[in-house]
Amino acid sequence: MRLITVSGPPSSGKTAVICRVIEALRQQAVKVGVVKFDCLSTEDDERYKSMGVLVRKGLSGALCPDHFFVSNIEACFHWGLDEGIDILISESAGLCNRCSPHIKDVMSVCVIDNLSGQNTPKKIGPMLKSADIVVITKGDIVSQAEREVFSFRVKNVNPRSTTMHVNGLTGQGAEELARLFAESSDVGGLGERQLRFAMPTALCSYCLGEKRIGEEYQKGNIRKMDI
Amino acid sequence: MEAIRFNNNIIRREEILNMDTGSLRQRLPAINDFFSSFGLTAPEDGTTISHFLLELDAEILNDIGMEREAINEVFLDFIEGMLEIQKTSGFKLVELTIIGGRNKDGKSEELNLELRPSQIICLVGHTGSGKSRLLADIEWMARGDTPTGRRILINGDIPPSSWRHSHEHRLVAQLTQNMNFVMDVAVDEFVRLHAESRLVQNVEAKTNQILLKANDLAGEPFAPDTPVTSLSGGQSRALMIADIALLSASPIVLIDEIENAGIDRKRALELLIDEEKIVLIATHDPILALMGEKRLILRNGGVHKIINTTPVERRNLSKIEELDKNFLGLRNRIRNGELIDFEIGL
Repeated sequence: MRLITVSGPPSSGKTAVICRVIEALRQQAVKVGVVKFDCLSTEDDERYKSMGVLVRKGLSGALCPDHFFVSNIEACFHWGLDEGIDILISESAGLCNRCSPHIKDVMSVCVIDNLSGQNTPKKIGPMLKSADIVVITKGDIVSQAEREVFSFRVKNVNPRSTTMHVNGLTGQGAEELARLFAESSDVGGLGERQLRFAMPTALCSYCLGEKRIGEEYQKGNIRKMDI
Repeated sequence: MEAIRFNNNIIRREEILNMDTGSLRQRLPAINDFFSSFGLTAPEDGTTISHFLLELDAEILNDIGMEREAINEVFLDFIEGMLEIQKTSGFKLVELTIIGGRNKDGKSEELNLELRPSQIICLVGHTGSGKSRLLADIEWMARGDTPTGRRILINGDIPPSSWRHSHEHRLVAQLTQNMNFVMDVAVDEFVRLHAESRLVQNVEAKTNQILLKANDLAGEPFAPDTPVTSLSGGQSRALMIADIALLSASPIVLIDEIENAGIDRKRALELLIDEEKIVLIATHDPILALMGEKRLILRNGGVHKIINTTPVERRNLSKIEELDKNFLGLRNRIRNGELIDFEIGL
């Protein structure tokens, strides 16, 4: 089974892009499954179901979504194997810009959109900078100049990536992205594999439920601003 | 050991890391951007990149989310990418060939079309007739591997597959009616940013040239310090076209109609032709359509027919332009608060 990790800032168009890719993959009789990771709620699983796609959803609630992802992805992988899925796509929102859900030697995709601002490529960490494929969306509503500047900046921060323009509404570019998914290598299993980079860490009193503000309540891994 | 060409010398890739940052910066000022992208201040002149990276604090690396070796590699990729962009400005499209595939019913498409710079080709057809797919085939440099089975040749050859994913070889620049400026900057700064991303040598001169052209095309002139988001529809289109003509790396321009307001459409197309673009325009406007050399009639996902603009059509073009001018005159009378209470001669 192939596994593709798709991540990107909220509302960048991940689900729309994945749906278009699935449509293209199905024409080649590829069986696709999706695991949708989110925080508090999502209805995207319904969207996949309505397309007849096998889907599982995971809500991280109060936990760091990245930590939640990595603690569950292996079980999701086994689910995919049991269901006889050919390509399993995990979809997760990058919520803190320091997210890094990508796994070594597993195809990784970051979806970002032209409307998010020209400085966005600089602001996003490993989720963008270590992705194999960067999908840029919403190109149909900004000028050519803005598209070129944006993709130049993506190239600056991740020169090795394959950068693609996909339109989640019309599906333009999805065919091509589907081909890359289908060409990715088979992932035997996830046990013993590693993340590309360590996830954001904390472990301070606030992780454990502290609510009070003040020096005396701050314990553990604390960092202070230089003011 | 991978070798790259730098300042006319063939050097080992890794040697870049041991060069003086000052001389690197002189050649590629964009290296400052590279470091700021990672939240770092670029190394000073007199130090080397490898020294700079060695001195980086582990905590900073942890924040960035990358290991030292990875940054080394990414930096080298970045340098190679920049050198590549400078090099490919030498790439010239002299011929684009579209070889037919099949339509939505699987019927074969009789098509072997050679397009050259400075040609205008119109695409005609109803929604869903396959205009977008044709464009996508060109953009993706199809080699019989898209739903239409079409093939695209560049300068008579199958282009290298690496071009499909490269930033430097994007074949098609697009301009549609839905497009707007979203950047919150003034016109001159906007063009400057684009010029910098194209690694243009003389950014100021290029910026001035584009502003001049855009003002030339726009019905109403605009100042360099106008925010791009406050431009009128016609001014926006004028700036977009001048920018695509003079700054975009893509040799092919796809236009989805040009509104007949606030922009001189004929001069706009002439500018693109002067800059040796291949212009594909999806339009049902008679003036634009007859300005083209050919019209591709799309139907059911394939090119159904090709019409070469006839001499009679060319003669009619000037008559239609006359009609258009008269019609614009009527618009202006309305705008100026005048009456249209006279006998209209057709």
